[in-house]
Amino acid sequence: MVNQNIFTLKIGGQAGQGIKSAGLMLAKVATRSGYYTYTYTEYPSLIRGGHNVMQINVSSEEVTAPSKKTDFLIALNQQTINLHSGELIAGSGVLFDSEKSFDIAKVEKGVNLYPVPLSKFANSAGGGELLSNTVALGAATAILDGNLSMLKNLINEEFANKDPKVATMNQQAAEAGFNFAQENFAENFKKTLTPIENNIPKMVVNGNDAVALGAIAAGLQFAAIYPMSPISNILHVLASYQEKYGYVYKQPEDEISAINMAIGASFAGVRSMTATSGGGFCLMTEAYGLSGMTETPIVIVLGMRPGPATGFPTWSEQGDLRFVLHAHQGDFPRIVLAPGDAKEAFDLTMQAFNLADKYQTPVVLLIDKNICEDDQSFPVFNISSYETSRGKFSSQNLPDYKRFSLEDSGISMRTIPGTGNFFVANSDEHDEQGLSNEEAANRNSQMKKRMNKLTTCTKEDMKSPQLFGPPDADITIVSWGNNKGSILQAMKQYNNVNFLHITWLNPFPAEAIKNILTKAKHIIDVECNFSGQMAGLIREKTGIEITDKLLKYDGRPIFPEEIAEKINSTIK
Amino acid sequence: MTELKDLTTLCSPNWCPGCGNFTIWAAFKNACVKKGWDNTNSVLVAGIGCHGHIINFTKITSFEGLHGRAIPVATGIKIANHRLNVFVFTGDGDCLSEGGNHFVHSARRNHDLTIILHDNAIYGLTTGQTTPTSPHRFKSKSTPQGNPDWPISPLTLAIASGATFVARVYAGNIPQMTDIMIRANEHKGLSIVDILQPCVTFNKEYTHAYFQENTYYLDEKHDATNKAEAFKKSLEWGPKQIALGVFYQEDKPCYESQIPQLSEKPLIENPPVKRNLEELFKKYF
Repeated sequence: MVNQNIFTLKIGGQAGQGIKSAGLMLAKVATRSGYYTYTYTEYPSLIRGGHNVMQINVSSEEVTAPSKKTDFLIALNQQTINLHSGELIAGSGVLFDSEKSFDIAKVEKGVNLYPVPLSKFANSAGGGELLSNTVALGAATAILDGNLSMLKNLINEEFANKDPKVATMNQQAAEAGFNFAQENFAENFKKTLTPIENNIPKMVVNGNDAVALGAIAAGLQFAAIYPMSPISNILHVLASYQEKYGYVYKQPEDEISAINMAIGASFAGVRSMTATSGGGFCLMTEAYGLSGMTETPIVIVLGMRPGPATGFPTWSEQGDLRFVLHAHQGDFPRIVLAPGDAKEAFDLTMQAFNLADKYQTPVVLLIDKNICEDDQSFPVFNISSYETSRGKFSSQNLPDYKRFSLEDSGISMRTIPGTGNFFVANSDEHDEQGLSNEEAANRNSQMKKRMNKLTTCTKEDMKSPQLFGPPDADITIVSWGNNKGSILQAMKQYNNVNFLHITWLNPFPAEAIKNILTKAKHIIDVECNFSGQMAGLIREKTGIEITDKLLKYDGRPIFPEEIAEKINSTIK
Repeated sequence: MTELKDLTTLCSPNWCPGCGNFTIWAAFKNACVKKGWDNTNSVLVAGIGCHGHIINFTKITSFEGLHGRAIPVATGIKIANHRLNVFVFTGDGDCLSEGGNHFVHSARRNHDLTIILHDNAIYGLTTGQTTPTSPHRFKSKSTPQGNPDWPISPLTLAIASGATFVARVYAGNIPQMTDIMIRANEHKGLSIVDILQPCVTFNKEYTHAYFQENTYYLDEKHDATNKAEAFKKSLEWGPKQIALGVFYQEDKPCYESQIPQLSEKPLIENPPVKRNLEELFKKYF
C-alpha cells in the first residue's frame, strides 16, 4: 500500500467558491503545524461554474506527490460528493453543508459523516455563502485536531491588504465552524494536524512562484510575458514586486512581441526573460533562433500543458520535449533544462540566467504544468551558494572590437549599445563585427563558433543526472520532470528499484546515462506523453532502446500508486 | 563630433541605382552629424527588406531582427536603456503587414521610439509583390489581375492607434527628411516618419515624377495639434492631394516616463546582482 503515512484531504466545489485559496490555507496550517504537504489541483478552463478540486497531502515525512485515495473530503457542492465519494475508503470522512440537503446515498457505509451548517454560519458571519469555504476550513481544523489561532493568523495575513472587515468576517466564519465541530464531533476524527513541537519552518511554494522567485534572486531586470495557462502566475508575482526590486515587467501584445522585447532588452544589456506555454512557444520559435543567431542571452520558461492546439489548457503533459529541442530552422546552440519539482525550478531558474549570459544563447526551462501549479512544502530556499555571473561582458569602449570574434569556446566578448563600440546583432549570417556576410568560409567559421558553445557547456557546466536508490537495483526507472515526486514516493516501499532523474535535456549527458543504463537489469521509461519522447532521445543519444514504458497522456499526473502497480507487475 | 566619414562601414550599399534608400540613408547620416548621434548615444533596429540593409552601411550599433519584429526589439532596448536614441528602420511590408500588430500597440503605448518607415508600396527584396500600401488595382507578381485590396494609410493607422508624432516626407527631399527625423527623435513618445520612396525596379506607379507632381507641403495653416484635422489629412491621397510634413503632434507621457523603476536611471545602470529574498520568502510560510 502506497502513501501509508500520508493523509489526503480533498476540498471540492464550484469554480468561484474559493477552493484553491481554502486548500492552500489548509496546506499552510499543516505546514505551520510541522508537517510536510503536497497539493494537487484539478480545474477546468473556466472562471466560474466548473468543478474545482484541490487535494492536500499531509505527512510527518516528506511528501512529494498527489494521491489517488482520499481520507477526508470537504464537499462544498453536490458534485464533489458525486465525483469523489468513490475515493473514500472505510474509516475516512466527509464534511459537507448540512443546510443544502446533499444526496449522500453514494457515500459508502463506514465513512464518517460530518454535516456542518456551512452556509448558515457563512451568512451569519456577514459574508454570504462565499464564506462557506472558510467555515469548512475551521470545522476541518477542529476535526483534525489543528490549531484555531494558527488558522486565524493565516486569515489575517491573507487579507492584510484588504478592508479589515474581510479578515474579521473570515475569522468569525472559521471560528464558527471550528466551535461547531468541537461541540458536535467530540471525538477527533484523526489527529492529522496536531501541532508538532520544534519543527523546521517550511515554505509552501509551487513552480510558478519558484520561477519568479528564482528570477528575482538572480537579478532579473526585464520580463515580457503574455498571459497563458499554466504560467500566468509567474507574471502575477513578477508584476507585484517590480517596483520593490527595481526590475520591469511589461505585458506585451502577443508572444512574438514578448520574446522580441526580451531579446531587445538583453541586447541592450539587462537580464531578460519570458515565459509561455506550448501554443505561445509556437509563436516564439522564430525569435528563439534569433536569440541563438544574434548571440543574445535570454531565459524562456515553457510550462507544459497537453497539446496539440489549445489542447487541455488546465491539465498537465510532457509533450513539448522534442518541440523545444528542435523548434526553429537550422542549427543553433540551445540549453534546455527540466526541473523535477519547485525547488529544482528555483535553482535551475537562477542557473539559467548565468548560463544564458555565459553562453550568450537561449536557455529554456521546460516545466510540467503540475510543477507550475502544485504547491509543495520545502525548507526555506537557500541562495547562499549562488552568485550572478555575466560571463564575457564589458561596458568599456574596447579597441578593435569584434562582437563575434572566433573563439574556441564559441564565446566572444559581449558588449552593449551606448558603449562606443560598433557591432551589429544580425539575424543574417554575419562576420566578426556582425555585418552581413554570405561567404562560405565565414559561414563555416561562424556556425562552428556558435555550435562550439555546446561543447564548452558540456565540459564546464552540464550536470549528470541524479540516480536515486541502490546502484545495483533490479529495476531502473528513467524519467524526468514532475514524475520525480511520484516515483520517489512509490520507491519508498521497494529496496530493489532505482530511479534516474534527467534534468539536462540539451546538451544531453549521454555518457553518464549510457553508463548507468548499460548496467541496468530492467529499464522502465516513465513519461507523460504519447510517444515516449525521452525514451526516443535516450535512444538517439545512447543507442539504448527502452521497450518497457509507462506512458500517460490524459492530462492527469502519474500517481505513486500507478508507479507501484507497474513495478509490481514487472517483478511478478 | 560625428562626421560623415565616421558613419560608413566597409560595406558598400547594394541597393538598386536610383533606389530611395540612398537618400533616406543620406538624410539620416546628415541628421547624425547635425545632432551628434553616434555609438555612445544611439542604436538602430531594422526589420527585413531592402531597407534593413541600412544597418550594414551605417556605423552605428544595430540590431537587425526578424521580418516584422523590429518594433518589439526596439521597445525592449528602450526599456532597458531609455537614454539611448532608438531608431527603427522598417518597410511597408515589414511594419504594416507582418508587423502590423506591433505597430498598433507601440503607438498605443507611446514608447519613445522613432520609426522610419521606408514606404515604397512594394516588396522589393522578394522581387515585387503587393504590400498593404500598394494602390487598389495595382499589378504586381502577386496581383497579376490587379490588387483587389485597398491600401491602408500608415498615418491614419498611427494617429488612430495613439502615436504622438506623425509625419510624412518624400525621399527626394533630403533636407526635409533630415529635419523631420531630428524633430521625430526630439519628440518624447512614439514618432512615425512615413517616407514616400520610389522603388525604381518594381513599382512603376510611385515614381519620383509621380511624387514630385502630386505632393505638397503642409503650411502654417495646418494645426498639427488638431487630431481630427490630422486624421482627415492622413486619409487624402491622389493627384495633387498628397500632403507632406508633420500631420500630428501631441504632448502625452511616453511609456518610459511613467514607470517608477525607470525614473532615476536606466535599468542597465543597476547591473544584476543576487537579491536577498528573505522578506519575500516570508509570504510563503
